[in-house]
Amino acid sequence: MTAVELAGITKRFPGVVANHDIHLTVRKGTVHALVGENGAGKSTLMKILYGMQKPDEGTIAIDGEQVSFSSPADAIARGIGMVHQHFMLADNLTVLENVVLGSEKLHGIGSRARRKIKEISERYGLGVRPDVLVEELGVAARQRVEILKVLYRGARTLILDEPTAVLVPQEVDALFDNLRELKAEGLSVIFISHKLGEVLSVADDITVIRRGTTVGTAVPAETTPRQLAELMVGSELPTPETAESTVTDRAVLTVEALRLSAPGGKALLDDISFTIHAGEVLGIAGVEGNGQTELVDALIGLRHADSGTIRFLDQDITALPTRKRREQGVGYIPEDRHRHGLLLEAPLWENRILGHVTEKPNSKGVWLDLKNAQQDTRRIVETYDVRTPGIDVTAASLSGGNQQKLIVGREMSHHPRFLIAAHPTRGVDVGAQAAIWDHIREARREGLAVLLISADLDELIGLSDTLRVIYDGKLVADADPATITPEALGSAMTGAASGHLEDEEIPETPAGATDSPKSAASPESLEDEAR
Amino acid sequence: MKKFDKERVLLAVAGPVIALAVAFVLSAIVLVASGKSPVEPFALMFEQAGFSDIQVLIVNQASMYYIAALAVAIGFRMNLFNIGVDGQYQLAAMTAAIVGAHADLPAALQVPLLLLTAVLTGAFWSGIAGVLKITRGVSEVVATIMLNSIATAVIGYLWLPDVFGVKIGNNNTTGEMHESGWIPGIDMGASGEIYGLVILAVLLGIGYWLVLNRTRFGFDLRASGASESAAAASGVDPKRMVLTAMLISGGLAGLAGLPILMGDTHTYSLNFPTGIGFLGIGIALLGRNSPVGIAFAALLWAWLDKASPELDFHGYDKEIAVIMQGLIVLSVVVSYEAVREWGLRRQQRRVGAELAAGHVLGATDNSKKEVAGR
Repeated sequence: MTAVELAGITKRFPGVVANHDIHLTVRKGTVHALVGENGAGKSTLMKILYGMQKPDEGTIAIDGEQVSFSSPADAIARGIGMVHQHFMLADNLTVLENVVLGSEKLHGIGSRARRKIKEISERYGLGVRPDVLVEELGVAARQRVEILKVLYRGARTLILDEPTAVLVPQEVDALFDNLRELKAEGLSVIFISHKLGEVLSVADDITVIRRGTTVGTAVPAETTPRQLAELMVGSELPTPETAESTVTDRAVLTVEALRLSAPGGKALLDDISFTIHAGEVLGIAGVEGNGQTELVDALIGLRHADSGTIRFLDQDITALPTRKRREQGVGYIPEDRHRHGLLLEAPLWENRILGHVTEKPNSKGVWLDLKNAQQDTRRIVETYDVRTPGIDVTAASLSGGNQQKLIVGREMSHHPRFLIAAHPTRGVDVGAQAAIWDHIREARREGLAVLLISADLDELIGLSDTLRVIYDGKLVADADPATITPEALGSAMTGAASGHLEDEEIPETPAGATDSPKSAASPESLEDEAR
Repeated sequence: MKKFDKERVLLAVAGPVIALAVAFVLSAIVLVASGKSPVEPFALMFEQAGFSDIQVLIVNQASMYYIAALAVAIGFRMNLFNIGVDGQYQLAAMTAAIVGAHADLPAALQVPLLLLTAVLTGAFWSGIAGVLKITRGVSEVVATIMLNSIATAVIGYLWLPDVFGVKIGNNNTTGEMHESGWIPGIDMGASGEIYGLVILAVLLGIGYWLVLNRTRFGFDLRASGASESAAAASGVDPKRMVLTAMLISGGLAGLAGLPILMGDTHTYSLNFPTGIGFLGIGIALLGRNSPVGIAFAALLWAWLDKASPELDFHGYDKEIAVIMQGLIVLSVVVSYEAVREWGLRRQQRRVGAELAAGHVLGATDNSKKEVAGR
């Protein structure tokens, strides 16, 4: 019996890879995992199922009956419930108040509601106490409140968006026990994740989504993490291989014993040391949330390290502010271009100035040089093939790939000697991807040092001269991109291997291995790319 | 590319026009609901605007509104809400009045001294909120509201006869300023005098535009307002920018009371106009933080203020003008957001359409592989 069936779902946004011809069938009484990398389109799909967005094409069927949702309220009425990655609870209200909020009509707000909450809590083993203030609860307990909230509203199908991202391993186990209770009662769970070990241990069915479309399904009992990783990463993309090595022995960036702690004292970056030479691309592999964002922030100067040094050419830049670093030749292609790379509502030429306002051709002294800045924007648009009718349109009206080409063009125009490239081709279509790779390769030939962070293992292996693996804030392993395979790298990313990776020596990752980076992740990096 | 420029102008004008139309209609409804003619009050007020003495009053009043609104607008441009302009300009006017009453330098020094006193006082007062925000994370909204009331208390203290106060009848004043600190007006004959500092307001407007649109600092400030995260990544120090913007906003606010102080009253008394800072918020909103828009908005507000007393003589309540000001602010907020979103979406569609039609800037090859389906 099918609980939910999505068929041929397509969703277009101006400019981003959203969903294309997605098929998903969830059986009653099962946990169905939806896996895929960040930005693959999982969140968009779930927003469609939850009525937050309407698909351009395709059908949704609940219990075999075709439906059309125009708001989450419709979805809730049909028994679909969503537990968001970021909890939507009011801290200063009690659990009871949070649960009944907005659903006062169901069971009132008093003893009847309390009874109902206790009943649900006992039936599914959630252990929720109705009269505790939410602010007194820990993360795992809050999550159970969210689940209860959804059940209270009569959900028969629960969507859990990256539920384990905020949990420690023991809590993950407890959550999985809860999920098993739910499915024993005949409820269905859609479990979104990119953590393969967890998925294999809890799911009954798996659907893999890549670049906005479903690329396959898997049966956990017959699948290894290796196979799943292969499905997730894919291999039909144009290969980003670099022909000959251009690595020199001139050190451009030297990081020594870099350490950065979260306010609670937990190390986000722990004893990070590496050197990037002129003409070298250093690739950092890792499951998202293991310190990549923090590393980039520390290098560009958005956060300052607690200890350790960063040397750029012959200068100690550890204490330099962001602007000084950029002026001296640090280029930055940010992970989230909408948050860190663009002013979406400003025209393209203002976006060309962003980040380089103190440099030529953007300014003369304290004054902006609009004429030259605009002229140079035209040059970038032409050289980097940014598809736009002009430079006065807002950045928001360009497609994701063209926005990214503008950013790459802008950063390259200032001839950086060190480039931070965080997911340089994320959410970018295949054509633009190849162009961006070309630009990075070309600059590398001219002696650019690049720090490359990517979730696309093919890109990482193909572009990098040296590979390091980051896990839980530490660089735990290194590998030679000439010999390593995506699968071997993938298992090292789960923390299963360390030291120098030789392909032959990689042990098979056990299916139950925890690959959760736990609380090391910052909220931003956990967020699925907003779309 | 002129198309997109023209479109931007259209969008900029559409917001206020819609808002004003809605506000007029709503005010008319209020009039009808209270059983009065919905047209005559407006006719009377328009007629008032034709009299030259009223025009002088409007310009004088508008100059103060204008400076106050600029002070608010500079904060708005980087998402800072300086509600404290009210306290800042009153305190600044008072300190300027006190310095003006006690120091007696030649006019060439006295006038700059008074202006500087006002700027520094305003900046100091807003700077308190700025420092609280960047060091302790206190919301500038809360801090500036509190500082408004503290300013009132400080003013009350400074008015004490033992401090700087001079009692004239029942009125508290700060004593008359020395004449070297008076700024002569522009004589308009029988219609009265336009304050000399109206020119300062105009200059401030030009300066505001230049700094925001033509300097590196202005770019950084606007970037911070548009996206704090992108500005930080571009190299703006967010804390320093908050403090700087707060200080500039307060400094400007400090000047808001000076046209009347140095041009007319020459003392800071109980009769000194209050509430200009709060009106400045609405005016900055209506003027979309643009120096030209704010000028129109300030004149509109001043007109509503100065033309409405006439209504009392014709059996209408002059408060209709206040109701209208309120309705304008409400409709402005709604209409601007609607127009903004509509404009963005429209442009996205049009860019898509232009690209699909092959109008690509500097396109050499017309391969459209990337354009398809966007």
